[in-house]
Formats: sequence, structure tokens, C-alpha cells
Amino acid sequence: MKNRPLAPVQYAREAPKWIAILALAGLSIGSAWADSKGPMVPPLPKYQAECAACHIAYPAGMLPAASWKRVMGSLDKHYGTDASLDEASVREISQWLQVNAGTYKRVREEPPQDRITTSAWFVRKHDELDPAIWKQAAVKSAANCIACHTRADKGSFSEREITFPKGLDARFRRNWSD
Amino acid sequence: MHTFFRILGGVTLVWACTTLLWAGTPAEQLNALAAQAGRSANPAQGQQFFNAQHGREWSCASCHNALPTGDGKHASTGKAITALAPAFNPERFTDPAKSEKWFRRNCNDVLARECTAAEKADLLAWLISLKR
Repeated sequence: MKNRPLAPVQYAREAPKWIAILALAGLSIGSAWADSKGPMVPPLPKYQAECAACHIAYPAGMLPAASWKRVMGSLDKHYGTDASLDEASVREISQWLQVNAGTYKRVREEPPQDRITTSAWFVRKHDELDPAIWKQAAVKSAANCIACHTRADKGSFSEREITFPKGLDARFRRNWSD
Repeated sequence: MHTFFRILGGVTLVWACTTLLWAGTPAEQLNALAAQAGRSANPAQGQQFFNAQHGREWSCASCHNALPTGDGKHASTGKAITALAPAFNPERFTDPAKSEKWFRRNCNDVLARECTAAEKADLLAWLISLKR
């Protein structure tokens, strides 16, 4: 049998790595949550270039680390489309997402299917809306934040920036204040 | 001897530059695909391929429009997709790695397999034939 170092020795060896990871995580706690109040972490250029080619650059802080890990591990089956990427890009984006993932108490919970839109906080924040709204052509789906949140692509979701989508039936008006 | 190497170096440099430049044009990507396919490209077949469904929900046109000379719209996210025809969008087919990445993904979404070099050549030939 091969000689293996005692577990404590192994942990001690890895200590610098963990200190670095914890320090980075600590730095991001204050800024990871992209709420109406806090500014979003500026997206990694690679994240912006690759992920925002098909949809807005969803704030990293809107999903917990475990969800991002699964998302990045299954890009060839990405919510119904093939979003596969070269290994180096996957690694770079994954690392950034792990560091900037949501840690705030509302985001810590892993949502069903790793969808931002099935998170409890998301559902609660949108519960005054008629559910039929998500199916309208002017909105397309709950994942299309920018249909109403005009600066969602900049990571800003302030209530003041919400506008009634162009072309949306007037019967949905009652949900709006703009 | 010195001059010989200088000239050789110069020629190599010019060759390298033109190769790089050429690889960055739609025409060069078309040539490479046709060479891979072992036949010349057929633009009419490319148009038909682009607009047909291949056993799944989406065709290429589902996102890029039947005539990809203007903005398209992502069939599931709704995000705008700029024109695909190079004459209407000079960025298109200027980076072979990028072209291959999107062929790989989108062919998988539309056909549930990779596209052949011949299919890609036909398609690109048609896109190049679309003029302003």
C-alpha cells in the first residue's frame, strides 16, 4: 500500500489555496448581489463575449456557486440549445463565476433546474404580475429580463428603470407604474 | 549569404501575413470548406439547406430569418442577432474559429449532428452571394 500523508498534513498543505479562496469569496460577498441598491460586479470580458452573445449577461450573483457549476458543466445542453465552448474558455468563465456567485442568503438556495427565474426570491419579486405576461411575444420568457428591466444588460435592476414592453397588450398595464 | 536570408525572411513574413489575412475572409473560409468537401460549393443548395427543417423544431432561418441580410432574433431568448450575410455585416466569417464554434452549436440545434464540410460550403457560398 502506498504511504499517504496524514489528513491534517494534507489540509495544512492546501491551506494557502483555501485562504486565497476564502479571501476572494469574502471580497465578493458585499458586491455579489445585484439588487437595486448595489452595483453589479463588472462582468469578466470572456463572460460578456461568450454568454451575452445569446442573452443578457446575467449577474453572477443571481445563482449560487453549485448552480453555476452545473450550468458550466452542461453547456452542450444549455436550456434547450447547444452552447458548448472550448475548454479554456469554460475554465476561465467557471472560475470567475465561482468567485462571484451569489452568497447572499436569498441566493444561497439552489433553484430548481438552476434557473434564476425559479428562485424563490425571483418568484416573490414578480408575484404581482399576471403569469400570462411571460408568454407574450413582447416578453418571450421570464428569462428575458431586458423586456422590462431596461438596464438589465448592465446588471441594473432598479425599479425606476422598469418600463412597459413595447407591443405588449394594454391589459397588462395595471401591473405598471411607469 | 546574408542577403539571401534577409530576402527569405522577408518572403516568409509576407507569406505569413497574407495567409493570416486570407484566413480572415469569408472567401478564404469558403475555399477551405470546399477543399475539405472535395467539390465546389452550390449556393442554391445552401439556401435550401438554410431554410429547411431537419427533423427538429428549428431551421437556421428560425433565428437568422429566411433572408439573413438584416437583424434576426434568437428563437428562445429573443436577443437580436446581427445580419449573417458578410455583405451586410463585415464581421461575419472573419474568424475561422468563431465560425466553427457557431456551426458546431447551431448545426447541433438544427440537425442534431455536426454539419458536413459540403453543407457548410454550400451555405457560406449562398451567404456570400447575397449582395447589397
